[in-house]
Amino acid sequence: MTMTQEEKEKDVSRNACKLCTPFGACLAFKGVTGSMTLLHGSQGCATYIRRYMISHFREPIDIASSNFTEDTAIFGGQKNFGTAVENVIRQYSPALIGIATTCLSETIGDDIKMLVHMFKKDTEVENLPEIVHVSTPSYNGTHSDGYYSTIRAISDTLVEKTGFCTDNVNVFPGMVSPADLRYLREIISSFNDNYVFFPDYADTLDGPSWDEYRPIPEGGEKIENIRSAGDSAGTIELFSCLDDKNSAGKLLEDKFGVANYRIGMPIGIRKTDAFIDALERITGSHAPAWLSAERGRLVDSYIDAHKYIFGKKAVVFGDEDMVVGITSLLSEIGITTVAAVSGGKSGKLESEIKRNNDASCDKAMIMDNSDFEDMAEAIEKLKPDLLIGNSKGYMLARKLKIPLVRTGFPVHDRFGGARIQHVGYRGTQQLFDRIVNAIIEKRQKDGDWGYTYM
Amino acid sequence: MDGILEKRKKQIHRTDEAKFDMECGKASLAGSVSQRACVFCGSRVVLYPITDALHLIHGPIGCASYTWDIRGATSSGRQLHRMSFCTDLTEKEVIYGGEKKLYKSLCTLIDKYKPAAAFVYATCIVGIIGDDMEAVCRKVEKEKGIRVLPVMSEGFKGTKKDGYKAACDAISELVGTGDTSGISKHSINILGDFNIAGETDIIRSYYERMGVEVVATITGDGRIDDICKAHGATLNVVQCSGSMTHLAKEMQAKYGIPYVRVSYVGIEDTSAALYDVAEKLGSEEIMEKTRELVAAEVAKIYPELLEIKKDLEGKRAAVYTGGAFKAFSLVRSLRTIGMIAAVVGSQTGNKEDYEQLRELCDPGTILVDDTNPVELSKFMQEQNIDIFIGGVKERPLAFKLGAGFCDHNHERKIPLGGFEGMVAFAKEVHASVMSPVWQFARKNKG
Ligand code: SF4
Ligand code: SF4
Repeated sequence: MTMTQEEKEKDVSRNACKLCTPFGACLAFKGVTGSMTLLHGSQGCATYIRRYMISHFREPIDIASSNFTEDTAIFGGQKNFGTAVENVIRQYSPALIGIATTCLSETIGDDIKMLVHMFKKDTEVENLPEIVHVSTPSYNGTHSDGYYSTIRAISDTLVEKTGFCTDNVNVFPGMVSPADLRYLREIISSFNDNYVFFPDYADTLDGPSWDEYRPIPEGGEKIENIRSAGDSAGTIELFSCLDDKNSAGKLLEDKFGVANYRIGMPIGIRKTDAFIDALERITGSHAPAWLSAERGRLVDSYIDAHKYIFGKKAVVFGDEDMVVGITSLLSEIGITTVAAVSGGKSGKLESEIKRNNDASCDKAMIMDNSDFEDMAEAIEKLKPDLLIGNSKGYMLARKLKIPLVRTGFPVHDRFGGARIQHVGYRGTQQLFDRIVNAIIEKRQKDGDWGYTYM
Repeated sequence: MDGILEKRKKQIHRTDEAKFDMECGKASLAGSVSQRACVFCGSRVVLYPITDALHLIHGPIGCASYTWDIRGATSSGRQLHRMSFCTDLTEKEVIYGGEKKLYKSLCTLIDKYKPAAAFVYATCIVGIIGDDMEAVCRKVEKEKGIRVLPVMSEGFKGTKKDGYKAACDAISELVGTGDTSGISKHSINILGDFNIAGETDIIRSYYERMGVEVVATITGDGRIDDICKAHGATLNVVQCSGSMTHLAKEMQAKYGIPYVRVSYVGIEDTSAALYDVAEKLGSEEIMEKTRELVAAEVAKIYPELLEIKKDLEGKRAAVYTGGAFKAFSLVRSLRTIGMIAAVVGSQTGNKEDYEQLRELCDPGTILVDDTNPVELSKFMQEQNIDIFIGGVKERPLAFKLGAGFCDHNHERKIPLGGFEGMVAFAKEVHASVMSPVWQFARKNKG
């Protein structure tokens, strides 16, 4: 039995399992060197998004706003826009300004393309930074959509083709942790010295202590590198719950003939294998020995732990792409996904879960466009053994008295959200260990004997 | 680039500078990274702690997601306020209007959760698409038999202060509708405390020990029924002047209830608050009990504070608060533990506030209105700050620059009000300033 949430009209959202579109844009812009984000709209949105990110990453996060007032909302944001861009340049000297819209500027119909054009024509500022704009009305998608459209907008604005063909690879990671990004870069660079990898917010959102103030933290993919993505031999997209019209990979394929490989989030052995295969195919190099060794150790640990976890029932929730990746891992290790829930509404959640999995997911309730209360009501009778997802599931885990394995974003109630790993063999290993231990710990706590070995 | 925008210079002053005329209450400059939020945020923080009400956000999802259970306002009863309800407007409603969806949402939620009343918050785009929220609320109110109050808090229509006012307007609709029989003449309402980490409970217990009846707490640990009979109290005791003075003034005009402004931050201010109330209620018996209470409480905490003070003597703090009133109390509290406030600012202070601050602070202190990260970091370095006292948004900046941090905002999980709160505050500051980790921060490595 598969229960799909057909595009049913939801009356109301109760404890949403999603964020708004500009949030994704702000995250993606963090992955480019020297970039600063400006939200075109009113102040509250920028302040809220900053605070939400800060509570997870524990890093300074500056997002400027064009600070609409009542007049702006009535007469349009043109004047504020120019002043805002100039002030951002004056205070931050960015290499790139990412401009994302909010619901307000979209609703009053500000034409950002035109505003950027006018600004460039009229401004007296010399050596303008790159300006990339992306349209992110929140009534039309979620933070995931904002993230993907921003990668696409950056590619559309910056990427060129020089006619010089290379065996370089472009990799677009999904919304994963800084630790994940650092590891992905390590993998990719072991295949080829030349590659394009963004958004890479590994260092901008998980950086060292400072000796002096930096308006924009160091880190991110270099603009020069991004420009060269049109010459690469192939693109790998490490996400799959999106429309072609939101896809940077598809854009590069159409515009420059760079083949696009849409792999999805590489969680578990099979999906990481697919990622490594694609890297080998595009670069013509072979996987290094250390990577095969990591895979070997992961397989070994699957076997060592299999009996602790077989037949356990999990509810997985969060961003669609991460949910798809985690259900794929679970099907490799004998844990049954009884429900897969997301606030996302790409329409791909069910087909992507099915594509990656064998019969083990057949019984799963797959619910997209859903919130935490929908989830709570739906899983009442399923008696899951654990929840896997972000920290917003804590209240439910507490009520059901089952463990919550924290993954993805946000993790607001634990330390080290930026260092949780999920992807590749190494990330899967960490996630796998945490899942197994959550189950063992529960058994140890609930049992009346208190075994000290397991 | 010195990091300070030309137009911002009139919102920054030093206490030893001669001419003093702070320009405040200004909209933030376009393109600055303000620490301010929006009108909606102001309304939401004020009404949020009313625990048995339904809080429905009419707008797109973000405004609701970012405000879901992020505040530390606890409840001694229902916890309905912890739920994040939103009409989650989509493109269709943006084009054709969201009134129908709002109506359906309200009916569904009221049937399901049986709240004591409902607040409906307007967000920015509601102000643009022109939904008649008031009409929808009136209709549902009639059908469901509970109060359904629109809160006109469109984000762009002013600052956080306007949000406070919109919230007060909604509360005024309730006050005066309940039965006040049996309320003692020695009775008060507690206004402007939001029960962060149970603070209202602490304050309420002081008043009860003094023999004062607390009619309504607005809004910390708030209940709709209590608010409805708040006009039966003899005195309004208002903390956090920015958010609730409006309501107090209105109740004075309408019901003749006088009000006093107080603060529960620090020993001096808490004691002054309790004495003030006792005096206004005019009962010698209450005054006597108050003296006993203050003496006992201060005796309880003083030795510990002195111990902490030994370590903190002469350390330098930066204070950045929402309203300016809290900044006064923090400057005094810091003095209690031997510390100097070297940077003091607020998001929404007014001219008189800054004038008072100037008199209160040591010479050389930087005063700042509606600042931003670039400026803050500059002031922190210039003033050689040991600890930053403010909201979570400033925490990473402080840490990155090798300074400690103490959360004095609504997200904290530790009560900092009242006498025990003063100890908690001192301990918090101590824990951050005295930690050995700063030796590794690069600014200390030569
Ligand atoms: S949309 Fe308006 S109401 Fe919502 S967070 Fe942004 S500024 Fe505030
Ligand atoms: S108005 Fe739109 S962009 Fe702003 S916080 Fe709300 S949902 Fe997000």
